[in-house]
Amino acid sequence: MVKYVGKRIIYMFITMFLIATATFFLMQTLPGSPISSYNKLNDNQKAIVEKKYGIDKPKPVQYAIYMKNLAKGDLGTSFAFKGKSVNDLLASRIKPSFILGAQAMVFGTIIGILLGMIAALKQNTFWDYGSTFFAILGISIPSFVFATLLQYFVASQWHLLPVGLWNDGWKSSILPSIALAMGPLALSARFIRTEMIEVMGSDYITLAKAKGANGFEIAFKHAFRNALIPLITVLGPVAAGLVTGSLVVEQIFAIPGIGEQFVSSIMVNDFATIMGTTLFFSAFLIVVIFIVDILYGVIDPRIRLSGGKA
Amino acid sequence: MKKDIEKLPQDQFERIEIDSSHAERIEKPSLSFWQDAWLRLRKNKAAIVSMVVLVLLVIMALVGPHLNGHDGAAQNLRHANLPPKMPGIEKLGIMDGVGNLSGEKVDLYAMKKVDEYYWFGTDGLGRDLFTRLWEGTQISLLIAFVAALIDLVIGVLYGGISGYFGGRTDDVMQRIVEILIGIPTLIVVILMIMVMEPGIGAIIIAISITGWIGMSRIVRAQILKYKNQEFVLAARTLGTNDSRIIGKHLMPNVLGIIVINTMFTIPNAIFFEAFLSFIGIGLQPPAASLGTLINDGFKVMEFQPYVLLFPCIVISVLMIAFNLIGDGLRDALDPKMKD
Repeated sequence: MVKYVGKRIIYMFITMFLIATATFFLMQTLPGSPISSYNKLNDNQKAIVEKKYGIDKPKPVQYAIYMKNLAKGDLGTSFAFKGKSVNDLLASRIKPSFILGAQAMVFGTIIGILLGMIAALKQNTFWDYGSTFFAILGISIPSFVFATLLQYFVASQWHLLPVGLWNDGWKSSILPSIALAMGPLALSARFIRTEMIEVMGSDYITLAKAKGANGFEIAFKHAFRNALIPLITVLGPVAAGLVTGSLVVEQIFAIPGIGEQFVSSIMVNDFATIMGTTLFFSAFLIVVIFIVDILYGVIDPRIRLSGGKA
Repeated sequence: MKKDIEKLPQDQFERIEIDSSHAERIEKPSLSFWQDAWLRLRKNKAAIVSMVVLVLLVIMALVGPHLNGHDGAAQNLRHANLPPKMPGIEKLGIMDGVGNLSGEKVDLYAMKKVDEYYWFGTDGLGRDLFTRLWEGTQISLLIAFVAALIDLVIGVLYGGISGYFGGRTDDVMQRIVEILIGIPTLIVVILMIMVMEPGIGAIIIAISITGWIGMSRIVRAQILKYKNQEFVLAARTLGTNDSRIIGKHLMPNVLGIIVINTMFTIPNAIFFEAFLSFIGIGLQPPAASLGTLINDGFKVMEFQPYVLLFPCIVISVLMIAFNLIGDGLRDALDPKMKD
């Protein structure tokens, strides 16, 4: 176990290092310059601006400086926001993203688990087909399509909730959270359904039935707990989906979160912020997947962690 | 009870001798793997309906742009922002060319003196949205198919070589995969697309640059499972060479899972293309894809919701169809496999 965790941590660092390096050099090949009026400046002014942002030095030196700062957790200075460090920028924007993500996750998994359980316990009935169809919709319809439709009907046509922005307290978070929740909802509904059907067919459920336990007790006490363990494995894809979704959903609802920041930084060639956000997202996803793998082994002793091979 | 049985007329019964030599006779025609899978797939109504829908969408994507005589790229500002109007359906009170003009319902076609029909309306530059919708679908499908094909080829080759040859080759190849798989797809796709010239090629490369990893892992696992089984050993003992063992003995066994996986790669690629175009770093105007069309529609949805509605419907139906076919194929080709 310790060996496995150690190996995984080493891989995590290699992956992060590669991502940082690749991002750095890819940024250098980007067309355009972060300084929009670059061509209007005279050589002297150019030198001053370049020196200020540290892009006057040769590439390898810049790379070394960047990596050194990165090791200290410093992501550099944003080009687009005057003198603001990327760390501060991200810190000021993490709250909305975190709230949306957490709400979507909680709401999505709870409803998803309920739907999946109903589908499994009432297999091949109207309820089963209904919730399976719902899950297919959730998996198939892209989050941005769902978000735009929600915004159009609920906010813009029926005036039930704010159209966007982050200034109406909890109310502004409802629609984006629902839009984000569709993915986790659909994934967990499908997953719980398959697991529950399998668990319900196993011997210890037959035993529970034989000893006269009632249906409710069997479903929740015996089956549900065991069906729940493997659900941890979907957390990885769910987290990736939430990050992907947050880029567009925050954009659509004009929410000042990290996803929205990332997209607008791409539009204005703000290298430092793009790199900082990329690394932030990567670190988040890598850590989530790592935790999922470790948790899975800890919770379910039937799983042996051996080299992580398929 | 016993007496009743004895009363039955004995002469109506005939004793049948069991001929043990027929015990092993096969009554029904033997089916190949694919015939068997087709029998099972045929029972899955959702998958069959999805296949029909998908074929219709592909046909529309190919012939749709030529159906109503409008050019998707032709701009005609006199005909800008017209709502949908379709002959026949217009009598039902929908798609009759009536749109909002400063809060009032007006027949914009009559007002602007337009005699032509724009089935799904026009955009702000007066381009026919029906034509653009199917052109966009065509591009989206093209990107998805090519990306899925590249994933398939690289994934199968990489996974196949790694699994079949094993040993050091496998070790090295798997270490590379273990590192690559840690990199979130989204990040790679966005970075790649930023660096390359925007266009169809860039999107395809961005999507497939890490897309093949999933396929390679699945293929490798399957090859590992089969390569030590007796039929492969038998073939090897008879002196069959590697390429024949791979092509004739291993591939047919792995093919099912490759097909299933490809069916899920395609909607994934459609999603990423639309996603990139939606946030504005995918296809650039005047090219149309489902993503750019949804993006265009999003900007004007308050006033002309139909611009947003039609591409949203097409992309949703397309994704649902691919997912249902994928589910159906998975159940049909590999009944034992689950999520």
